[in-house]
Amino acid sequence: MTPSTSPMGQPLDRVDGPLKVTGQARYAAEFEIPGLLYGSVVNGTIARGRVIAIDSTAAEAVPGVRLVLTHENRPPIASYDEPYEDEDAAEGSPFRPLYNDRVLYSGQPLALVVAESLEAARHAASLVRIEYEAEPHQTDLALVRDHAHPAPGEVPSRGHFEDAYRGAALQVEHQYGTPIEHHNPMEPHASTVHYQPGGELLIHDKTQGVQNCMQYVEKVFGLQGKVRVCAPFVGGAFGSGLRPQYQLPLAVMAALRLKRSVRVELKRQQMFTFGYRPRTLQRLAIGASPNGQLEALFHGSLGQTSRFEDFTEHEVEWSGALYACDNVKLEYELGSLDVYTPLDMRAPGAAVGVYALEMAMDEVAYAAAIDPLQLRLRNYTDINGNQGKPYSSKELRACYEQGAERFGWSRRPLEPRSLREGRELIGWGMATGVWEAMQMPASAKACLESDGRLVVSSATADIGTGTYTAMTQIAADALGLPVDKVEFRLGDSALPKAPLEGGSATVSSVGSAVSRACASLRQHILDAAQQTPASPFTGASLDDVSFENGELISRRDPQARVSLAQVIQTSGTLEAEARAEPGEERKKWATGTHSAVFAEVRVDEALGTVRVTRVVSAVAAGRVVNPKTAANQITGGVVWGIGMALQEETWTDHRLGRFMNHNLAEYHVPVNADVHDIEVFFVEEEDSVVNDLGSKGVGEIGIVGVAAAIANAIYHATGKRVRDLPITPDKLI
Amino acid sequence: MSARHPCTGGGGIAARPVTLELNGQHRSLDVEPWTTLLDLLRERLGLTGTKKGCDHGQCGACTVLVDGKRINACLALAVMCDGKRVTTIEGLARGDQLHPMQAAFVSHDAFQCGYCTPGQICSAVGLVAEGRAQGRDDIREQMSGNICRCGAYPNILAAIEEAAPQTRAWLEEGER
Repeated sequence: MTPSTSPMGQPLDRVDGPLKVTGQARYAAEFEIPGLLYGSVVNGTIARGRVIAIDSTAAEAVPGVRLVLTHENRPPIASYDEPYEDEDAAEGSPFRPLYNDRVLYSGQPLALVVAESLEAARHAASLVRIEYEAEPHQTDLALVRDHAHPAPGEVPSRGHFEDAYRGAALQVEHQYGTPIEHHNPMEPHASTVHYQPGGELLIHDKTQGVQNCMQYVEKVFGLQGKVRVCAPFVGGAFGSGLRPQYQLPLAVMAALRLKRSVRVELKRQQMFTFGYRPRTLQRLAIGASPNGQLEALFHGSLGQTSRFEDFTEHEVEWSGALYACDNVKLEYELGSLDVYTPLDMRAPGAAVGVYALEMAMDEVAYAAAIDPLQLRLRNYTDINGNQGKPYSSKELRACYEQGAERFGWSRRPLEPRSLREGRELIGWGMATGVWEAMQMPASAKACLESDGRLVVSSATADIGTGTYTAMTQIAADALGLPVDKVEFRLGDSALPKAPLEGGSATVSSVGSAVSRACASLRQHILDAAQQTPASPFTGASLDDVSFENGELISRRDPQARVSLAQVIQTSGTLEAEARAEPGEERKKWATGTHSAVFAEVRVDEALGTVRVTRVVSAVAAGRVVNPKTAANQITGGVVWGIGMALQEETWTDHRLGRFMNHNLAEYHVPVNADVHDIEVFFVEEEDSVVNDLGSKGVGEIGIVGVAAAIANAIYHATGKRVRDLPITPDKLI
Repeated sequence: MSARHPCTGGGGIAARPVTLELNGQHRSLDVEPWTTLLDLLRERLGLTGTKKGCDHGQCGACTVLVDGKRINACLALAVMCDGKRVTTIEGLARGDQLHPMQAAFVSHDAFQCGYCTPGQICSAVGLVAEGRAQGRDDIREQMSGNICRCGAYPNILAAIEEAAPQTRAWLEEGER
């Protein structure tokens, strides 16, 4: 039982807030090292072929240039695939920077210019001339449909889709498309490699997995035991930091060659030269009874990938899980192109797959002439049909009901084009969101220091997600300490093992480890307290005591109490390390987070412009550790959904095989004026299966369903069904 | 000049003397004419609170105040700021006392990753100083040069709304 003074569930201000608002939080490119060299990357300009010659004469003549690194003069690196396979690697043969003369995609790094100043490096990089032998390339997914191959791994199916679809009274079949999108965290990827006197490397890298990057550098360069990677602050990532990006090995190569410290920071344009959300071409066919009961569902998706790896994500599975339907057929194929491998990007798979599903559901609702929310309720299920297992908890019904109430959904006329104000048509749309509730093995250490402070640590990351704050709350709760007596450390590969910070699994995974380490530390504290002469705790077990306000208190005699500071004075520093992993009980259940999203749009038909004036997002994510930071996460996801629906798209010039809008002026993301009222709330959801804490994580769920809700609202406003994202003005005029 | 600025000698273009009032301190520096204010702050002066998000004036992460007005430090050459008053995020607080805008950003959780935050705060302070933070739509519009990819916009709006009056008072105090 959590005491009322517990920090769990409290809207605590972010503990790293003061550092961030004063400019003291240091990111990967901000660590000062005497004698630091600067690297500037030269990227290739053809999509496929090979390098014939690199002329670096002019670059080397620039005063201050120390090295022009290419595949011809780089230090030795591993040859085989295995050393390059990181924790988030796709199936196939990972990209090896500066490995040989092959050009696999446009924008591939082909040289690194290293100089004594940033300006000299940048200028000299512009002087490197590369001669190519170009080969024909293909970058257009729509043109390789006939050559697609099944994605690795199986997608579930059940029943007899074809027969059931043929016999259904209502048949709705359409194609949906989503474009390439880029993560574009505000902080460009950067690595600062601090070359130590003994040849060890201390690396500050922008990453969601310090140990992932440490192992990558150790294996690729044969530096076992000589690498430490730190990332105390990460300026956004959204998946872009799940794999080591090329600036890391390039900076390491230069440091090893010159035996100097080197920093490589990518330019914004170069943020478009590695992973991205893949373009998808999807098809849904839904058969239903006249009143909207689902009888048959097909969802197929063609995603793009590179020629060297098969990138996969869960795009179609959601269609077999979200609603009750006996006959489900799912298909997932990949088209290989002369591009870099895609990369997990916020709610990978779900963002695009649930978009298509939830727009198709809206189309079914109109075919059956029933309210879209009623359609969802009519097909509600507490069982994940893909797995045939019940959900450990699924308060989606509460999300629907409370979200609809707050939005005012019951006042919505069904007919499109029925609401108007001035020159604007008004539309209301809704959609369901879903994401997994995963747990990965993780470890943490808890240490009660001699000054009475609790220091807890794990090699996880805080990419803006609030990890520092949530873990502080979990630890403070476990030991009954005020939060200002607790410090959480992360972002250092030397700390206890943690999984990649991604998939909305950090609170679930690392939080559980923190909870266990603190539980173990409680036993140590009690043991230590029992060592003092005439201890009132003699013979007591953990069940007989409580930890409150910095004191150990006997439940049998509340007068018998001792402060943790006193215990530690006698015993010296106490510490405990623990590992948490998914429990056996989880295997019997399906687990997931859910949401109901309601959106209002105002469309000016003369201009084709859309304003998303109101969004209500109701989320079921188990126990929320910090409602302030968690709501912020969901709000951010909604903002991403607005961008996905209306703005975000990376254009490819297929003749060149190259991205055209590789900057923040032409790759549009929402700005403050694009965002209006967003109401986020969490419904009550208890879950004793998902992990020790009953918390599910909120990084992904906020975006899922938002683009569909907005697109459905646009249909409601205008009567126009736009199935290819983003819904830009040209598609509405 | 140190070995970090080798272009000076060999390139034949001399560094220029520049004088700044930087966060209340008088600074005299020799700066190459091609060095941006942003690179000067981050790479030479250790003031990494001012962020580089795009280097093209498209994201606002490098917003600083020059003579009280907000500018993109990536689009200003350092030599253009000679004789001017430059305030960065490091110069807003008074000792341990956070500037009201900084405090409001913390209490409203007006950020996540924190990378755009110094630029947002400098922009917000500049906005108030310009007398333009009049109403929500005005703030949204006038803050739209500062991208927050984490999407904390509603909280940024709330923080600015709350801190605007105190910021006016703070600015007046500073002038006395």
